[in-house]
Amino acid sequence: MSSRERILSAITANKPGLLAAPALNLSVLPDRTDMVARYVRALELIAGKAVVVSSFDAVMEDVRATRAAGHYVVNTIAALGPLSDEVTTDTHADTLEPIYKAFLSAEFGVVENGAVWMTESQMQNRLVPFICQHLVICIRATDLVPNMHEAYDRIREMEGYGLFLAGPSKTADIEQSLVIGAHGARSLVVYVVE
Amino acid sequence: MSEQVGKSLWHADAAEVFIADEPRTDWHDETLWFVRSKRDKASMQVPEWEELRELASGIKDHSLSNLDNYLKEFEEKATANGITVHWAIDAAEHNEIILGILNRHGFNKMVKSKSMLTEECHLNAFLEENGIDVVDTDLGERIVQFRQETPSHIVLPAIHLKKQDVSDTFHEHLGTEKGNNDPQYLTEAARGHLRGKFISSPLAITGVNFAIAETGGFVVCTNEGNADMGAHAASVHIACMGVEKIIPKANDLAVFLRLLARSATGQPITTYSSHFHKPRKGQEMHVVIVDNGRSRQLGRPDFRNSLKCIRCAACFNTCPVYRRSGGHSYHTAVAGPIGSILNPNLDMKANADLPFASTLCGSCSNVCPVKIDIHQQLWKWRQVLAEEGYVAPSKKVAMKGMAFLLSNPRLYRIAGRIGRSMMRAFPGLMNNRKMNPWYKQREMPEAPAQSFRDWFKENKT
Repeated sequence: MSSRERILSAITANKPGLLAAPALNLSVLPDRTDMVARYVRALELIAGKAVVVSSFDAVMEDVRATRAAGHYVVNTIAALGPLSDEVTTDTHADTLEPIYKAFLSAEFGVVENGAVWMTESQMQNRLVPFICQHLVICIRATDLVPNMHEAYDRIREMEGYGLFLAGPSKTADIEQSLVIGAHGARSLVVYVVE
Repeated sequence: MSEQVGKSLWHADAAEVFIADEPRTDWHDETLWFVRSKRDKASMQVPEWEELRELASGIKDHSLSNLDNYLKEFEEKATANGITVHWAIDAAEHNEIILGILNRHGFNKMVKSKSMLTEECHLNAFLEENGIDVVDTDLGERIVQFRQETPSHIVLPAIHLKKQDVSDTFHEHLGTEKGNNDPQYLTEAARGHLRGKFISSPLAITGVNFAIAETGGFVVCTNEGNADMGAHAASVHIACMGVEKIIPKANDLAVFLRLLARSATGQPITTYSSHFHKPRKGQEMHVVIVDNGRSRQLGRPDFRNSLKCIRCAACFNTCPVYRRSGGHSYHTAVAGPIGSILNPNLDMKANADLPFASTLCGSCSNVCPVKIDIHQQLWKWRQVLAEEGYVAPSKKVAMKGMAFLLSNPRLYRIAGRIGRSMMRAFPGLMNNRKMNPWYKQREMPEAPAQSFRDWFKENKT
């Protein structure tokens, strides 16, 4: 008998009688007031920065200024100008390592924890949001959900890879001292476009 | 690491070594209590917290009661997604499967993010014996790996160390400035060192926080981003999971992701919650599903719900015994209260001490996000271990004697009288550390003049 069969038959023999799955209903209704302001605060609490803007102009200025300073910028948002076509799903890490700042869009933000949901197609390559030194994400102010339940309700397609990203990379593994920029991005700015 | 296996001290003896350094013990205690306090604050900001715990517990109960079918569903969907699924009955088979994949590709190095399962299987030692260079990429795990230690905590692997220890270790292995204890500086050094490893490693291993039957995908949670850096850079990604990681639906993740990080560190969610469903273009992706005693635990009605654990470590941080004895005293991959109910299932004889490393205060059960009755199980394991003959004879005799004494009221009154006069007449006898281990860290109280029974008889109106 293969290990697969042995494991499955042991589980079948040992599992308890079927218990019903609970209905995912909560008695507390989600708070929908001041969603934008509360998202901004939630992101600040996890060491990210949210900037509310009325158009993409401010973000375009960020792209321009970063490039002007001589840094390698990867842009995957059409509204911000030419796309960085050199980055594809199978671009090797060696090529991506020099990215200084990446501009990506996310599908929506989550007010309760400051996270954004993004999929592989929005990243162009799965490594981009991790390997860049600094990360900039754009979401629309109308694309905010109050909590994780509504977040999962909203995800239509998980794609090959999807990510809830909440703030910059961090660690507290040395004496519980919080250090920002462990392996991933050293900073995160989320532009909330109204 | 392998040399620690098999000849470890019992918890009480190892704890005695740990607490010999009093300031460090105090620091350990206070630091973990601080993490526990952050958990409290985070949980109190969610009005539906108790409902979420109830839901999480219910989803896990349901999953375990239908585990065989959900595993089959997961396998079918994952395979359709292009993931290769492997099954390992025990640690040895798990390790062989991974070595087989490495050998097939001719790889001799790899990176690994945090996976308590691979610790449980002693994968690192096995691969190193077979000539594979294994680099742990979680900062805390890299620190303990340099020091040839094991993680002392499942979420905070290097919590037993002070920054000067890390500084010394990095000075030795990474050439950092001697005496520079700045966590920012030390983390930056590790970042530079590990970036090179991520980019050049052809294979990455990650753990699995949740595997979704409905979609055939799995979720990995980190704060550092090391699991993703490794997995997305490598041409082969292997994710290792225990059979109990299965949840039925993607929507169930909302409940677990709301609870996990808040319970663990007080964060509202981990920085990265990565949902892997298909290998990226040109990549090979494997999932190794491991039993290693879990199906046996499923068959123990008193202990099966220990399999609901989502590894947040809230029970560690709140435990008065863990905080004051350190993770290494538990001599197992998963320490703390949850480890003390999981490990006797893996090896009853080697881990017979662990269910006794508890005051049974119940704080672990109260903070558990999936409502495992941890302290009840600790108490039940004590009875199983005594029945199976794994409890020291002296403890058994003392317990029997105590039971006899406490069930004979006359004898009890006489013994009380003798005890009180002994304490007054010969305080040296009671305050002798050899004869009375209770006195080791405590003062004995003054002997009362009379028993409560006598006082009550005199004073009742």
